[in-house]
Amino acid sequence: MAYQSYVLVCGGTACCSSGGDKVVAEFKRILAEQKLDETVQVVTTGCLGFCEQGPIVKILPQGTFYVQVKPEDVKEIVAEHLVKGRVVQRLCYDPEQAKKLVAEANIPFYQKQYRIVLRNCGVIDPEKIEDYIARDGYKAIEKVLFEMTPEQVVEEILKSGLRGRGGAGFPTGMKWKFAMQQPKGQKYMVCNADEGDPGAYMDRSTLEGDPHSVLEAMTIAGYAIGASKGFIYIRAEYPLAIRRLEVAIEQAHDLGLLGKDILGSGFDFDIELRFGAGAFVCGEETALLQSIEGNRGMPRPRPPFPAVKGLWGRPTVINNVETLANIPVIINKGADWFNKIGTATTKGTKVFALTGKVNNSGLIEVPMGTTLREIIFDIGGGIRGGHQFKAAQTGGSTPRSTTSRSPRSARSWALAASS
Amino acid sequence: MSEKTEQMTPELKAFIEEWKGKPGNLIMVLHKVQQTYGYIPREIAIEISSLLDVPLAKIYGVVTFYNFFKLQKAGKYIIQVCLGTACYLRGGDDLMKEFERQLGVGVNATTPDGLFSVEAVRCLGCCGLAPVVVVNGEVHGKLATKDVAGIIEKYRKLG
Repeated sequence: MAYQSYVLVCGGTACCSSGGDKVVAEFKRILAEQKLDETVQVVTTGCLGFCEQGPIVKILPQGTFYVQVKPEDVKEIVAEHLVKGRVVQRLCYDPEQAKKLVAEANIPFYQKQYRIVLRNCGVIDPEKIEDYIARDGYKAIEKVLFEMTPEQVVEEILKSGLRGRGGAGFPTGMKWKFAMQQPKGQKYMVCNADEGDPGAYMDRSTLEGDPHSVLEAMTIAGYAIGASKGFIYIRAEYPLAIRRLEVAIEQAHDLGLLGKDILGSGFDFDIELRFGAGAFVCGEETALLQSIEGNRGMPRPRPPFPAVKGLWGRPTVINNVETLANIPVIINKGADWFNKIGTATTKGTKVFALTGKVNNSGLIEVPMGTTLREIIFDIGGGIRGGHQFKAAQTGGSTPRSTTSRSPRSARSWALAASS
Repeated sequence: MSEKTEQMTPELKAFIEEWKGKPGNLIMVLHKVQQTYGYIPREIAIEISSLLDVPLAKIYGVVTFYNFFKLQKAGKYIIQVCLGTACYLRGGDDLMKEFERQLGVGVNATTPDGLFSVEAVRCLGCCGLAPVVVVNGEVHGKLATKDVAGIIEKYRKLG
């Protein structure tokens, strides 16, 4: 990396809507004008999570974190920070109007977080496959294709204790095992990106910020269960995520990481997108399969489960976006590593979209077992306007509300939250 | 509604050709139709029925099942007011009433000049900006009722 500084500008939906794209353009214009574009690189990243304070600009290597940056602020950031090395104090996030915090690591919003699923969100340019590869991207698929049998892959995921993040919390490895055990023939791997619950945008942010992690995970799953074809069922309401996925699929094709004979291993796998059309029920897996087939999205009773009879009657595994984003990391770092994070029965982390009347709304990721209180008060910065906490609604329309008297952890919360 | 007959565009025809052989193509084709005309015109649905060899009744069934597909032409600018939980809590409902009042039309209706229609939508996923209104893909966040007139004016000027 030959650049001296990096300007990361959040390119998630929320920051774009707050004018983040104009900030990027302004940085590029001024840096070119001052001939600094050889030493400073501007990167549009995925969601940095702190949507409340967008547009967010982060400057590396110092890690300085600027909030609510407007195009007219860019000139000052370039002149002061990038040229003279002085932090622009007035643009730093400041919860108490007192001492200025400059680095992201010092902001309470980030201190309690643990990022596995969102490991690349806000770090890489999601439209560049090289960025993903530089962060161990597509290393897991290589390991799986050349060093592991499908049985070993399934065993590793089983051992990791990963459970579905779509809401039901079903062990992912079990799903894969059922599909793997079906007789050979056409099988399908489906990614459920029909995130429809009010206030939930975890999956959208993952797809916008790190689309390749989902493609890699689907390919791994395809290898494990013996599927050569994958579908991503995504809401039509997520145009940016759709575009980033289209770009990512094309790039993966160009490098031989998707399509025929992946990395010369003899394994074929391809992924197509299918759009939802505004039916909430299609997040349910049997309805989702109907919709991919081009029908009305009517759920049907199970069994038979999709792992036995799914898309066009063939064995099909359906995993949620967040579940999949964990897979490459588990393969790279091992089930034993993943197993140490979380609680006795639920491993790993959970991503939450924290919204409503809290001070810091945004996208967060915490270890399973984190309490609601920590999420609302430590990360969320408490209730807006200094009011008292009354109730929180976890997940969509199904779970009950939680009041200040009922302590619940991220695990039960996560299980209640559906995609 | 006007009785204007829609013609199939070459682009749409090419898209259908490309998707013809793929299983489960109907919804993707309908998305393209809606993107082209802003709704699903009956005459186009009839053509698709024969091109894809799908009964018209099935197309009607699918179109009416999914919220996204419309059978009538919407206004040039579609004002989508988010009434998801986060936006509702921060006043999405008041925005909706204000748009209805200023435009003189109810929800899911189009102004007589064909310029605006107002829709209620569910979570758009940028709750950090609540309450949110989207006009033809452009997001307006952190709105108050006093901002409504300005938004309408902005698009009216564009004509």
